[in-house]
Amino acid sequence: MIINHPILGPRDAQEFVYLGDAALIHRPNGMAEGAMQLFIDHTYLRDNPAGLHRELWYHEQGDRSWLVVTRDTVTHEIASVELARDVARKEGRSK
Amino acid sequence: MRYSGFRVIAEALTGHKGWKPVWRDPAPQAEYDYVIVGGGGHGLATAYYLAKEFKQSRIAVLEKGYLGGGNVGRNTTIIRSNYLLDGNEPFYEFSLKLWEGLEQDFNYNAMVSQRGILNLIHTDGQRDAFTRRGNGMILNGADAELLNRDQVRGMYPFLNFDNARFPIKGALMQRRGGTVRHDAVAWGYARGADSRGVDLIQNCEVTGMRIEDNRILGVETSRGFIGAKKVGVAVAGSSSRVMAHAGMRLPMESHVLQAFVSEGLKPLIDGVITFGAGHFYVSQSDKGGLVFGGDIDGYNSYAQRGNLPVIEDVAEGGMALMPMIGRARLLRAWGGIMDMSMDGSPIIDKTHIDGLYFNGGWCYGGFKATPASGWCYAHLLARDEPHPAATAYRFDRFEKGLMIDEKGQGAQPNLH
Repeated sequence: MIINHPILGPRDAQEFVYLGDAALIHRPNGMAEGAMQLFIDHTYLRDNPAGLHRELWYHEQGDRSWLVVTRDTVTHEIASVELARDVARKEGRSK
Repeated sequence: MRYSGFRVIAEALTGHKGWKPVWRDPAPQAEYDYVIVGGGGHGLATAYYLAKEFKQSRIAVLEKGYLGGGNVGRNTTIIRSNYLLDGNEPFYEFSLKLWEGLEQDFNYNAMVSQRGILNLIHTDGQRDAFTRRGNGMILNGADAELLNRDQVRGMYPFLNFDNARFPIKGALMQRRGGTVRHDAVAWGYARGADSRGVDLIQNCEVTGMRIEDNRILGVETSRGFIGAKKVGVAVAGSSSRVMAHAGMRLPMESHVLQAFVSEGLKPLIDGVITFGAGHFYVSQSDKGGLVFGGDIDGYNSYAQRGNLPVIEDVAEGGMALMPMIGRARLLRAWGGIMDMSMDGSPIIDKTHIDGLYFNGGWCYGGFKATPASGWCYAHLLARDEPHPAATAYRFDRFEKGLMIDEKGQGAQPNLH
């Protein structure tokens, strides 16, 4: 697989480390009501879809950026690649 | 029809005209007591033991493709019970004992071959860990033996004992481990279940579940609605997709694992060798092909085929362990979809929906578990309580902190 890095251009997926579902970005608020259940769901449960999947890849052998890659789990085709930082900022996070 | 040596001779003398199809091809009935979703090894074993050991009837197995077309026909055929943790080892030892009597039990030649499995040791620390593991196995009634370097060399003189990075210093041996003809396991269970009245329904994909008042009423399928008092799901890599019909999210990711066969070679490896440090394991089939594999590709996938970097990695592992493998040509490579759980161990449990049961999360260790998985799942389905060997395989072990994490990797499925 070739991941088209937003800054570095097309890079071999071998340079990256895979973490999993991009929903892991949404760490629950530990002070919220029912935070325990939110953390259990966040840590252990996954949508695991067959089809488009937004997922976190870390460019360990490159610029050490975290990417959100949208990839089809049935065909391995990559639809889009964003910097995880940009994704988080778009959702109102400071970094 | 019962198979026997006499029968083979009689058929040989009469032109093999007496062999009949091994199972029926029934149309689905409107309702069953038990519907098993998934006609692979685990689903077929479950139906077989439900009928045979737990004396249940009105059972159907629904399979979206053909029987045994998934992971039971895609694995590297190894059986063993060399686990460490209390939640796992009694279960896998129960499974190995069932393997030992399986062919007589279902009257089918599954070529169960207890040829021994070696886990290679490369460091003193690893020897300590394997000694502990071996003791754990023995405490649970399994067999384990620690071999020194010369004993391993006597068995496999061609291994690279002086590899600079991973010199071979010994091995943990389980002589009762070995290999089984994997397709024959599916066929043997299918035949045994069919002959006891189980309907094996192929080309029947579950497309939905009918649930009212938190109770399952049946499943919607590509061949219409099928009512059921109890529904047991055993669909391996597709677990998340099927359980999504019940609105459930699972502690699982689906990953692709590749396996390989070389061209046929003369007898070379009479057992199973695992090289955990290099992510490579190998045995030799009766046709002569070296059957080997390595790690999962490491990203979510439902593709049943992997990518080249892992093929390269497995080939490098093979070259590091036994350099002469470089002269053999690769004949075939394929992939199967593993339901990788959050602690690397499986789940056999009720769900929060009455009448809906789940069996999955086998990671890449499902084949060896087939008989015990079927038996324990049948026990759960028939009696509504877990089998003593499978009490730890619960859904709620994650939130309760009772993980069975053999590798200690935490909730990172691609590392198990």
